[in-house]
Amino acid sequence: MTALVEVRDLKMHFPIHTGLLRRQTGAVKAVDGISFDIREGETLGLVGESGCGKSTAGRAILRLYDITEGEIVIDGREIGSVTQASLRKVRPTMQMVFQDPQASLNPRMTVASIISEPLDEHTSMSRAEKRERVYDLMDKVGLNRRFANRYPHEFSGGQRQRIGIARALALNPKFIVCDEPIAALDVSIQAQVVNLLEELQDELGLTYLFISHDLSMVRHIADRVAVMYLGKVVELASRDDLYARPQHPYTEALLSAVPEPDPAQAERQGSRIVLQGDVPSPANPPEGCNFCTRCPKVMDVCRRVDPAFREVAPEQWVACHLHDPEHAPAGAP
Amino acid sequence: MLTYTIRRLIFAVPTLLIIAAIIFFLLELAPGDPMANVPLTVPSEVKEQMRQALGLGEPAPIRFVLWLRQFFWIEPLNVVDALVGTSFAEGELRIISWQNRSPVFITIAERIPQTLWVVGTSYLVAIAIAIPIGIYSAYRQYSMFDQAGTFVTMIGFSVPPFFSGVLVILIFAVQLRWFPSIYDTTLVVNSWDAFVMQLKQMFLPVMVLALQITSQLSRFQRASVLDNLGQDYVRTARAVGLPEKRVILVHVLRNSLLPVVTVIALYVPAIFSGAIITEQIFKVNGIGQLLITALQANDLPMVQTLTFIFAVLIVVFNLLADLAYGILDPRIRYD
Repeated sequence: MTALVEVRDLKMHFPIHTGLLRRQTGAVKAVDGISFDIREGETLGLVGESGCGKSTAGRAILRLYDITEGEIVIDGREIGSVTQASLRKVRPTMQMVFQDPQASLNPRMTVASIISEPLDEHTSMSRAEKRERVYDLMDKVGLNRRFANRYPHEFSGGQRQRIGIARALALNPKFIVCDEPIAALDVSIQAQVVNLLEELQDELGLTYLFISHDLSMVRHIADRVAVMYLGKVVELASRDDLYARPQHPYTEALLSAVPEPDPAQAERQGSRIVLQGDVPSPANPPEGCNFCTRCPKVMDVCRRVDPAFREVAPEQWVACHLHDPEHAPAGAP
Repeated sequence: MLTYTIRRLIFAVPTLLIIAAIIFFLLELAPGDPMANVPLTVPSEVKEQMRQALGLGEPAPIRFVLWLRQFFWIEPLNVVDALVGTSFAEGELRIISWQNRSPVFITIAERIPQTLWVVGTSYLVAIAIAIPIGIYSAYRQYSMFDQAGTFVTMIGFSVPPFFSGVLVILIFAVQLRWFPSIYDTTLVVNSWDAFVMQLKQMFLPVMVLALQITSQLSRFQRASVLDNLGQDYVRTARAVGLPEKRVILVHVLRNSLLPVVTVIALYVPAIFSGAIITEQIFKVNGIGQLLITALQANDLPMVQTLTFIFAVLIVVFNLLADLAYGILDPRIRYD
């Protein structure tokens, strides 16, 4: 399968200005050199704890920010360095679903006008065609057509998220970034929305970047998973490999924190790996490996050299010295 | 919405009665005698008779009720008489000014046009300037334009009109001689030259007032736009590929105008009452100046009536602001 989205060494640094003259004295390295491909029709899960740069990465890939460095190719078009104005024509191929379904809908527009606004801008449909398309989209996401003239505040969280999805689908995109689309919903609704996303993927051949901190949900929906820590991807593997054989100590720690519903299984799961300390500031990341301050398996080299991102097993990429033949301790895999 | 409005209007009645009572009894406690300007040669018995003639013989609560009757019953009847040509109010005593012995409302009706012209214009000018400035300042936050705007609005905020008014008179009327320093109420606009003259004499007071209002409104507008620019729906609007102009003028502007419209509505009573100092400086013969002279002359009926009219305006425009909010924001529904 070919890659629909190629991200190479993407960096998104936010400048910090201090002092009397507001000179730039540093930068928050929210995303600090990430690379991955997303294949056509697959779902790439992007996980990590709060503040690790997941959402920034998602927004930067869609060029909602002017990125600091790097290359983004979506559907064969390089969009990393083009101007916002020329991006507008490319926008229909890539859309986004946001975390907070309340905030991402303009409170003063009706559902119909929210869904049809992208159509006003990018198509030359007649009024009747647009209305037909809006009804069609509402059917697709499971909203009653009678609600077309209501305002967003009249809906429940799950329904609002459906409106957001319908808007994202309006222009027949190929690639959708789902930025924690279920984090603001309660669990029963989460399942509905995730199932809706999967059905739409099958039906329309969509490609998702699914950003979440909910590891069990990512396990359910994603084909491959990328784990982020402090602005970098530390591990990228197929879902089954990652959940069965995590290679990076951070991934191990994350997975050990997923609660196991079956008590019998929970016994066997073994002890939780509890990481000590806080995440370092992305404005001042540690020298060497970003994870060296909290890693339970830290070695001397980790504090000096930033590990390269290498393929340690087929289709499983890890950035860790434990898997570097040069530095690996004796007896390690 | 209608039930809400009616309910609010009913609740406004006790509010206004209490306000009227407070104003009346405060003025009752104030020192000063309406006979103070009568020459000392007039014997005290005659002065006492004059007091009785003004209705001061009755105790204060009775005079308060009489005033209420005059304000809410006899004065409206007079308006009806003047409009339709009937004579319902024939022989009834109107609220009489102690200064010139003529009905208070006639004087007020004479003064209102000047105030509306000068203060109303300055208000419109201020809105027209403040909203674009507020939007652009927020859109280019911390730019040179924004910094300069912040500086100017800070000056507009902090320099009182009795200083800025005198300053502009000194510069533009005395030194440069571009504009007259006094507003001439007797000017009749019947030719092009008279119209230009009217514009010229309005310019300084309008600008002094507009500076203040612009400062406040543009800050509100800026804060409100900033608030909305950070919202997810703005990010979404950009993500679906809307042009920047549409993002700002449709999504951000419409939502950010909401609180500003409320502020504008709440400021409207200030058009009538707030320009007292500016009117005094530029000799604009308006309501504000009327209130000042009435205070100086111990003309209690005039002061009482004017203050109460301001109170009514404040109550009414508070209600209008709430209703405007309900119309503009679909999330707010009163029923």
